[in-house]
Amino acid sequence: MRHIISVLVRNHPGVLSHVVGLFTRRSYNIESLAAGVTENPEITRITIVVTGDDRVLDQVMKQVNKLVDVLSVSDLKYDQAITRELAIITVKTTLQTRGAVIEIANVFGAKVVDMSEDTITLELSGTERVLQNLVRLLKPFGISEMARTGMIALAMKSSEEQ
Amino acid sequence: MKISGSEIFIRSLKEEKVSHIFGFPGATILGIYNQLLDSDIQHILVRHEQGAIHAADGYARASGKPGVCLVTSGPGATNTVTGVATAFMDSIPVVIFTGQVPTSMIGNDAFQEVDIVGITRSITKHNYLVSQVKDLARIIKEAFHIATTGRPGPVLVDLPRDVLMDEAEFHYPAEVSIRGYKPNYIGHPKQIEAALKLIAKAKRPVIYSGGGVIRSGARQELLELVNKTNIPTTSTLMGLGGIPGDHPRFLGMLGMHGTKYANLAVTECDLLIAIGARFDDRATGKLEKFAPKAKYIHIDIDPATISKNVRVHIPIVGDAKLILREINKAVVPGDYSAWIERIEEWKREFPLSYQQDDEIIKPQYVIEQIYDLVKDRAIIATDVGQHQMWVAHYYKFNDRRMLLTSGGLGTMGYGLPAAIGAQVACPDKLVFDIAGDGSFQMVLQELATAVQYNLPVKVAIINNQCLGMVRQWQELFMNKRYSGVCLKCAPDFVKLAESYGAVGLRASKPAEVRPVLNEAISVNKPVVIDFRVACEENVFPMVPAGAGIEEMLLS
Repeated sequence: MRHIISVLVRNHPGVLSHVVGLFTRRSYNIESLAAGVTENPEITRITIVVTGDDRVLDQVMKQVNKLVDVLSVSDLKYDQAITRELAIITVKTTLQTRGAVIEIANVFGAKVVDMSEDTITLELSGTERVLQNLVRLLKPFGISEMARTGMIALAMKSSEEQ
Repeated sequence: MKISGSEIFIRSLKEEKVSHIFGFPGATILGIYNQLLDSDIQHILVRHEQGAIHAADGYARASGKPGVCLVTSGPGATNTVTGVATAFMDSIPVVIFTGQVPTSMIGNDAFQEVDIVGITRSITKHNYLVSQVKDLARIIKEAFHIATTGRPGPVLVDLPRDVLMDEAEFHYPAEVSIRGYKPNYIGHPKQIEAALKLIAKAKRPVIYSGGGVIRSGARQELLELVNKTNIPTTSTLMGLGGIPGDHPRFLGMLGMHGTKYANLAVTECDLLIAIGARFDDRATGKLEKFAPKAKYIHIDIDPATISKNVRVHIPIVGDAKLILREINKAVVPGDYSAWIERIEEWKREFPLSYQQDDEIIKPQYVIEQIYDLVKDRAIIATDVGQHQMWVAHYYKFNDRRMLLTSGGLGTMGYGLPAAIGAQVACPDKLVFDIAGDGSFQMVLQELATAVQYNLPVKVAIINNQCLGMVRQWQELFMNKRYSGVCLKCAPDFVKLAESYGAVGLRASKPAEVRPVLNEAISVNKPVVIDFRVACEENVFPMVPAGAGIEEMLLS
C-alpha cells in the first residue's frame, strides 16, 4: 500500500539527507519527496510517499522517528488528507493541434504559462489523479518536458472533527 | 573572555569529566594537541586510528563511561569507520572527534578532506559538523548526552580547523534540550501487567537476555527475576555476564553456536521473554523456526527494535533495569518444574565437549585454563572467529563488564585495542585479549601502544595457523575446498613481542599451558602468548546459516 508520511524536522543542514539516507539504507522505495519550510522558519516539513506493507511502514516511521533532528512523524490517510502536487508540462504542438491542447488545459483548469511556435507549456496544481489524467490526455501530442514537485499534504482538520 | 575553539574543546571535555582520550594527531587538530599539553586529560597515542576508536570502545565497555577518540581529517577519520560501525552495532557510548579542513575549503577536495559526516551517517547515533565556534560547547554537550542516554551509541563531531582557531566566550550548557530526542525509560504499566499475566500462565517460559541488560546495568534485577521465578535463561553473545555463567538456570548462549539445550529450550518454549535483545539472525537462525510455539514479550529501550524481525505480542519500551524492577515487584511464577526437568535432561544429554590429549593443545582447553586461573579477576576482550565462540562456550562470565567482544559487526582486530582501552579504564584489573592469529595480525602494531603506556595486557593468541572460522565453513559447506585461509606464513609471535619490548611466551604442549599462563600473569608487562593449537578443531554445536536453530550439527 502507498502511504503519505509527513515528517517535521529541525531545519538544519544535512537533515534531508539524513532522512533520505535512512530510507535508502533500509531499502524503502520513495515514490516522491517534497520539502519546504513550515509556519515556523526553524522547522521543515518533508512529505514522503512510500510503498510497502503496514509492517514496512511501521519500521519506516520508527526509524525516522529515531533521528535526533526529527520532531514528529505521521502517516496521513489518503481520504483524510489534503494532497496537492504541481506540474509544469511542455507539450509539442503544431498549428493544427494547438487549439486542442488549450481546450484540454481549460477543462482541467491548467494555466498556459508559455508558448512557442511548436510548444505550449502548461502549469497545473491538483491531486495526483488529476495530474495523471492531464498527462494521459497530453501524451498523444508529445510531451517534450515535464517537471513535478512531488506530493505535499496536510491532515484534513474537518475530518478530524467528525 | 573569549577563548579559542581548541580551548573550548578541552574545557568542554573537562566538564564531561573526560580523563582519557585515545587519539592520533594531524594538521587539522594541531590546536587541540597544543592545548592537551597543558591539560590533565591523558592522551593515549595509538599506532593506527582504528586502534583509537576500538580502545575508546573497550574503555566504554569496561568502565561504563563514554569513550573518547580524537583523530585528524581525511584518512584519520576514515580509519575510524570500522570502529564506529562496531560501536554502533553493539550500542556502545563513544564520542568521536574528527578534524576537518577549514570551513571555507569544505567541498573543494582539499588535502585530507573527506565528508566524514556523510560517510558515518548510517553508523552513528547522531553526528555533527560544527560550523561556528559559538556552537562548539553546546554540540559537545549534546554529543555526550546523546551517546550515553536512551539506547547508547557512537556520536561523531567533525571539527573544522578554523572553528578550532576562532574565539568565543565559553559557556557550557547545564542542560540539554533537544526537541526531537526524548528517550523513554519507564515501561508502560499496562504492558507490564499484561506481561505478568503471560508469565503466570506460561508452562514453558524462557528468558532470552541480550546486550541491553549489560548496557542498562540490569544484572541484579535479571538475577532477581530468575531466582524468583526459576525461568531458564539463555543469552546472546552480547548478553553474556548479564546472568552469572554458573547459575543453575543458565543455558549458555543461543543461536548459531548456541548450546543444543538453549536452542531446544527456545524451540519448545511457550513464552519467550526477550530483554534487551534484538532478534539478530545469529541468535535466531531461520525466523519461521524460531520459538514457533511461543508468545513473545519484548523489553527494549529502542522502539524501532520492536517487531523489526519478529512480531511481538507484548512489547515494553523502556529501560530494562526499571522495567525488571516493576516486574519483580509483582511477578507470580507458574509451575515450571516439569519444564526445568526436561531442560536438565537436555543439559545432561548434550553437554559442550571436546577431547584433550597429551600432545596437541585444544583451543577450548586454553580458554578453560584461563578461566580456571583468573575467574572473575579478569576482563576478557576477544577478536572474532572460532576463538570468540569458544570463549562464549567455555568462559563463565559472572560480571556485566567482563566480556568485550564485537558481536554485531564481527570486527576482527577489535580485541587488542579494546583490551588496551579496558586496561586504561581499569588499571588494577587483569585484562586478557583472547585473539586469533588472523585477528591479531590486523592490529598488532598496537603492541607499541601497550608498551609505551605500560599497559600490561595479556594477548593469548589461539594460533591455529589459519582463518579458523572460514576454514570451518569451507570444510563443512564447501567440500573442504580451502580457499584463502592459510596463515602459515606469519611472524614468530614471541620474537615479535620482544621486538616491541613486550614479553613473548609460547606453549606447544598441553602441559605447558598452565605454567605459561602463570608466568604471563606474574609479569607486570604486556605479554603475548603464542598458543600453538590444533589446526582443524571446529566450533560445535553449529546451526548452518539459514536453518532453524534446532537443526544443529553437534560434531
